[in-house]
Parts: sequence; C-alpha cells; structure tokens
Amino acid sequence: MTAETLKKTGSAGWMGLFRNQIFIPIAALLVLVIFNLIADPSFFQISYSLNSNGDPVLSGYLITILDNASELAILAIGMTLVTAASGGQDISVGATIAIAGSVVLRVLCGDNPRPDEMQASILTAFLVCCVVSMLFGAFNGALVAFLNIQPMIATLILYTAGRSIAAWINNNRLPIISDPSFGYFGTFLPGVPIPTPIFIALICMVIIALTLKFTTLGLYTQAVGINPNSAKLNGINPQMIKFITYVIMGLCVAVAGFIKVTRFSTINYSVVALDIEMDAILAVALGGNALSGGRFSMASSILGAYVIQFLTTTLFKFNVSSSALPAYKAVVVIALVVLSAPAVRAKMGKLWRSLQASKLKKEAA
Amino acid sequence: MQKDSVLEMRGIYKSFYSVKALQDVDFTLREGEIHALMGENGAGKSTLIKVLTGVYEKDAGEVFLKGAEGAVHIKSPEDAQNAGISTVYQEITLCPNLTVAENMYIGRTKGFVTNWRQMNAGARKMLESLGIPARAEQQLGTCSIAVQQMVAIARAVDMECKVLILDEPTSSLDESEVAKLFRLMLDLKSRGVGIIFVTHFLDQVYEVCDRITVLRDGKLVGEYAIENLPRVELVSKMLGKELNDLSDIKSGDEEAHIGSEVIYEAEGLSSSAARHPFDFSIHKGEVNGFTGLLGSGRSECVRAIFGADKVTGGKVRVNGKDVRISKPRDAMKHRIGYLPEDRKRDGIVGDLSVRDNIILALQVLDGFFHPISRAKAEKAADEYIKLLEIKTASSDTPIKSLSGGNQQKVILARWLLTDPQYLILDEPTRGIDIGTKIEIQKLVLQLAEKGKSVTFISSEIDEMLRTCSRLVVMRDGKTVGELRGADLTQNKIMSTIAGGGK
Repeated sequence: MTAETLKKTGSAGWMGLFRNQIFIPIAALLVLVIFNLIADPSFFQISYSLNSNGDPVLSGYLITILDNASELAILAIGMTLVTAASGGQDISVGATIAIAGSVVLRVLCGDNPRPDEMQASILTAFLVCCVVSMLFGAFNGALVAFLNIQPMIATLILYTAGRSIAAWINNNRLPIISDPSFGYFGTFLPGVPIPTPIFIALICMVIIALTLKFTTLGLYTQAVGINPNSAKLNGINPQMIKFITYVIMGLCVAVAGFIKVTRFSTINYSVVALDIEMDAILAVALGGNALSGGRFSMASSILGAYVIQFLTTTLFKFNVSSSALPAYKAVVVIALVVLSAPAVRAKMGKLWRSLQASKLKKEAA
Repeated sequence: MQKDSVLEMRGIYKSFYSVKALQDVDFTLREGEIHALMGENGAGKSTLIKVLTGVYEKDAGEVFLKGAEGAVHIKSPEDAQNAGISTVYQEITLCPNLTVAENMYIGRTKGFVTNWRQMNAGARKMLESLGIPARAEQQLGTCSIAVQQMVAIARAVDMECKVLILDEPTSSLDESEVAKLFRLMLDLKSRGVGIIFVTHFLDQVYEVCDRITVLRDGKLVGEYAIENLPRVELVSKMLGKELNDLSDIKSGDEEAHIGSEVIYEAEGLSSSAARHPFDFSIHKGEVNGFTGLLGSGRSECVRAIFGADKVTGGKVRVNGKDVRISKPRDAMKHRIGYLPEDRKRDGIVGDLSVRDNIILALQVLDGFFHPISRAKAEKAADEYIKLLEIKTASSDTPIKSLSGGNQQKVILARWLLTDPQYLILDEPTRGIDIGTKIEIQKLVLQLAEKGKSVTFISSEIDEMLRTCSRLVVMRDGKTVGELRGADLTQNKIMSTIAGGGK
C-alpha cells in the first residue's frame, strides 16, 4: 500500500468531519443524546398540555433545554466575537445582564415599584436597555481597545460593580410588573405553543448569520485576532474592530437581560444570570475556538451553548441537587475540553490514520 | 554510521496536510565541516532542520548522532539541545520582552535558582568576544533585527554544541556583520563543530562551505564537495533546469516607459519612525529603490509614505492632487500598496487561509458592507496561485503552513489583486531562493512596463541595480544622495553609502 492511497483514504469523508471544528460540540451532543436514550428514553418525550394561563403549549425536556439555553446562545455570539478579536473574554456579562434587566424595569415602572400599568411601551424599555448595555460594552471595549488593558482585567471592573449599579438604578427596590403582556417575551405568546425565548434566540442567530454573510466582520475580527500588525497594514483599524466587538457583546447582553427579566417579570440583582459568563466562555471553548483569539466558528459556539444547557438539564433530570450540579458539570467539562484540545485531537487523528493503515495492510495481506 | 560523521539522517519523510515536504531525504554532516543545505522555496530545507531539531515529528526515517547508540529520537527542541544540536532560525524566535542575557540563558539554567549576576556577566563576556553591540541587561526587543539575530547565534554558540544549525542567519545582517559571523563559524569549525548552513546567498556558500547538499521539491538531489560543483551547476540543480543568464532580465530600455506624470510626491514627509523630513517623488512606470545599510531608515521612509507609522508632518500629492495619508487605508485608497519587510510580523495572517490572505487588502478597499463572494475570492486566489506559481495544497490551506517564499508570493498576490498604481516592496526577496528572486525581479519590471510605479528595497545591491532606474541612498535616517543612469554602479553606491571624501 503506497503512501498515496493511504492519504486518499485518510482525507476522505470522516477525516474531514474529524478536523472540522463543529465536530466537538456535535460529538458532545451525541454522547448526551445516547446517554439519555439508554438511561431513560422518556427524556425525549414532548407533550402538548395546558399551561397555567390555560393555553395549550409544548412541554418536555427538549423544550426546556431550547428555552433555557436562549440567553446563553445569545451571549455565546458576543463572546465568540470578543474572544476572536481581543484574545480575551468579557467576564462582566452576568453583572451587566443585571444592569440591562434593571434598566428595563426602571423604564417600565418609573418611580413606582409596583405599577398597575406600565409607564412606557415595552419596545421603548427594550431600546433604552440596548443603548445602556451598548454603552457599558463600549466602556469595556474602550479599556481593551484603546488603553490596551487585558480583557479580563478591564471587564473585572463591571464584574465587580455591575450588580451594585443594577440595584442602584432601581434605588435598591425590586419592581414587579403585573401586566401579563410583559411576560409574553419570557414565557409564551398567547396561542403560540413554543416558548418565546427560542424565537428571540433564533432571530439573534439569523441576524448574526446575515451580518457575517453580508459584512466583513468575520474576516476582520479574525485578522485582527491573529495578527493586528498585519491587519493594520491592510487598512483595518484593529482598535476599532476590538471596540466594535465589545459593543456587539453589549447588545447581546441587552437581549439576554431582557429575556431574563421577562421570564419572572421581576429581578433579583444578586442572583440573576449568576456565573453565566463562565458558561458563555465555556460555550466558546466547547465550540473548539481558541480562547487566545483568531479563527472562530460561530455555529460551533452557539451549538456549544446548547450542549451546556443539555448537560445541565440532564443532570437536573437525574436529581442532582443544584448545589452539587457544578461539580458534576466540571467532570463533563474536563472530558470535553481535554478531547477538544489541539494536542489530543492531533493524537487522535494520528491514531485513526495508523488504524486505517494497519487495516489496509491486513486487507493487502 | 561513518567514522567521521557527527550526524546522519536516513530516509526522512514528512508531510503537512497533503503537502509532501520531505520524501526519502538523506543528510550527512561530518566533524569540523560547514555544510550548506541548498534548495528553492519549499524544497524542504527548513522542514528538514525542524525535523532534526524536534520542532516537527518526522513521519518516517532515522537519525543517528555521534556518541549515541542506534537511532536517536528527537521529540522536542529540548531533546535536540541536550543532544548537542543548536539552532539559529531564519526568523528570530527569541523573546523580545526579556533581556539579552535572559534570552541567552533561557531554558538552560539548572534548578530553580538563577544567579543573575553570574548570568549577566557570562552574557556580557560572550557579547564582547563576538563583538555584538548590545548590553546584557538590555531588552532584546529594543535591539535591531541584526543584533537580535546575533544574540541568537551567541546563545547557540554558548551552548557547547556538536551540531550548529544556521537557518538563513545572514539574511538580515550587513556585510561587516556577516564577516564577523563567518570568522566565528570558521573558529567553531576548527574546534570540530559540524555546522549546517542554510542560505540563499551563493557567494557566502562558496566563501565558507566545504560541502553542499541540494534539495528540490522535498527530495534529495545530491551531496557534493564544493570544489566539484561550480555555481552554474548548483543553480541548475536547485532549479532543476538550466538557468538563463541572470543579467538578461534588464533590457536596458527601462527608462523608456517612464512617463512624465508624477504619481506620488512628498515634501518634508516625516513620521514617528522616520524623524528626519525627506522629499521624494516617483513617476509613472518608474522603478526606484531605497538603499543604505541596515538601520539607515530606508524602511521607515517607505512606511511613512504608506502611513504605517504615525505621520508627523509633510505635504503629499498623489496624481498632482494634495492628499492626506495618515493611515494605511488612506494610502490604499490612492492605490498605493505596501509589502512589509517583516513578513511574519506584519505581512501574513497566519491562521487564515491562503485565499483570505490574498483577498484581504481588496476586501478592505471594497468596504465593510461589501464582502467578496466565496466564488469570486476562489477565482482570484486560484488565478494568482497559478500566476505566481504559489506552492500550496489548496487555497484553503492556512498560510502559515507554506514555506517562506510562498508566503511572500501570497502577500505579493494580495497587493497585485488591488491593482495598485504605486507598489512599495520592502525586501520582497529576503529569505527566498534565487529562482523566485528572479521571478519577482521580472515581475517588478513587467509592472513598470505596464505603467505602474514601484519602489523596490533590497539588501542586495546587485538586485537593486538589476531592477531600479534610480536609487535613493540613505544614511543614519537621512537621504544622502540620489543616483541614476551611469552612476548606478556598485562602486558609486558603496561610496555614497559610506559617504567618505565629502
């Protein structure tokens, strides 16, 4: 068997998928699906039942996963771009989600924490929340891009201060919106059996897909992340690109924060979206993207977010208590991250090739 | 293993993705010899070196070292170092943010305790004995590229090696520095060190080497004693074909197509790097050059033209109109292209594909909201891969897996694709083989014939003489002369650079 034919069989089909970045989250997802199929196939049951408002809705673990992963998937979009361009992560997203949510409630409630009717339209509240979140994103971005501060240090500021700022926006009160139309965005639109956050996440994905297709954002962020010197000499402004990715991250935070407050029509500053930044970073890593920046695959990151939620929900289903959850999650994460490490993947590819080679040899013999 | 050899490599194979970089290559290094490793871009020289030093793992083959029983397995640069193999790479691989002394001793201090005073003293002694103009406590990044290179050599020499590999050590050194290096190499040779010398400079090969091994397309062509291989034969063995006379390229009428219009004109231009204001202009269809010793400010001048550094003053006219060029994008909009000197640092975007690297500049010109379609990008990439004979598995291959010369061609393709009216090439032939060098020189003259203006910078004066019709000579950051016509001779340039007798 010559090296020529060996190469051909090696590069065909399977190898291509192996090398593709999205292989990792897909494989992780498959493992989780198979595990659940064996442990309890009813996991995949989707039933049609009435919810508390008397509307018929779809329910089941799969729906829960898709629903609860929405915020994470949206954050993964921003985190991927930030990581690619600046080679670092935004760890302030949990705290800034608290700010975003607080802003929405403040606009809707005005000075009265228990308003009978909303003081402004939901659209206005959402837009104000977007602007504020993008300003906070711009703050992070300016520190990283123009002052050259390491992303983790720069975003540590809002990570620390964010939840206090959120509480301060509403004078430390916990407003509650009683108008049911507000809750539509976090639960169900009347007559629609699928949770609204799934649609919101879908819209965000479509928007980012279109943005990546119809602008050069993808190429620019990767070029800046890989070699800012070279990017600059090709007419790209690396500082501006880094800055923009943080502003986009701010927008993602706004949407995620909006979903969070509409789920319960209220907010708890100290626990809302707690530790979500770690899951968002994990989603990016799980997607096989280098956390040191550069090349990225948006689809892999988003899929990574759903894998994380799949895992969380699976653990909940098996009655792992919420305090023990992080430990179980960590074990799975270690396995996934080790498997997706470039060194391990190279070894696996080699193993695969040598297996192929010995098989071919046997056939030839 | 033969008696007098220090290193033998047998039947080495290595491939990247589907590119076969090495196929069944043998290499023998004897005690106390300087052995040149020659070949075109992508011939596999650097790959062979990296296999030997454990940077890459070989796919097949055996390596024998003197004093070791049987085949040795070198799996990491550390293994290589412990086996007495030291390397100075083509591109500087030291840490710019550490001091010179730290760079010389990094990775070979024993235990956790570092005796700083002893380390600095040792480094100082070494620097002094080699005549390297750097202080031991100085940050390496603040030294010029040439000095950084010499520090790398000092580090390798200090490690008491049996095999010293010099991978293109001279490409960024000027003549006096090269002479210093050669004295050092001959000294080591007399002490029995085997030296592998990778270079593109034929003169240097014939000056110091004892033996030559030629590679082509990843295969061994042969090993020759230097006296049995005349230059012409060496070149034809490297290229695999008979070489046309090098001097044929320049037709002699290169001034004929120089138009009367001035494409670019600068008055009192200065930047944060090029502090002395300078005047410069170039006509349509003209090829001019900047020359001078390393550090004379020639690169800084062209960077100022392109807006690569912060522009601090001066008036610029493009096509007769006053314009402001304060950043690269401005220059690009006026159809000026710039191929930077340091390919690895400023040129390539390593992880991106060859295709993305080719379309990058055009894409920036097209603007944020007009991405180039995949089909169009593929067409452009394929066209230039064919036109410039870029050796790559496909346009999808990451550019970092290409050899240096092919990377350079990709960057060249990037700028040609933008159809510039004025192209600045800063050391486009540095570190690439003679065949590609000639191709690039030809290309420059072709561009000029088509009415494009080109600024061509090279450390090799004969290369400049072959392509340029006008030379701006620089010394210590200032323009000291402008030569054209009959003045364009090696001697005249040398004396202008030296500036004696004025």
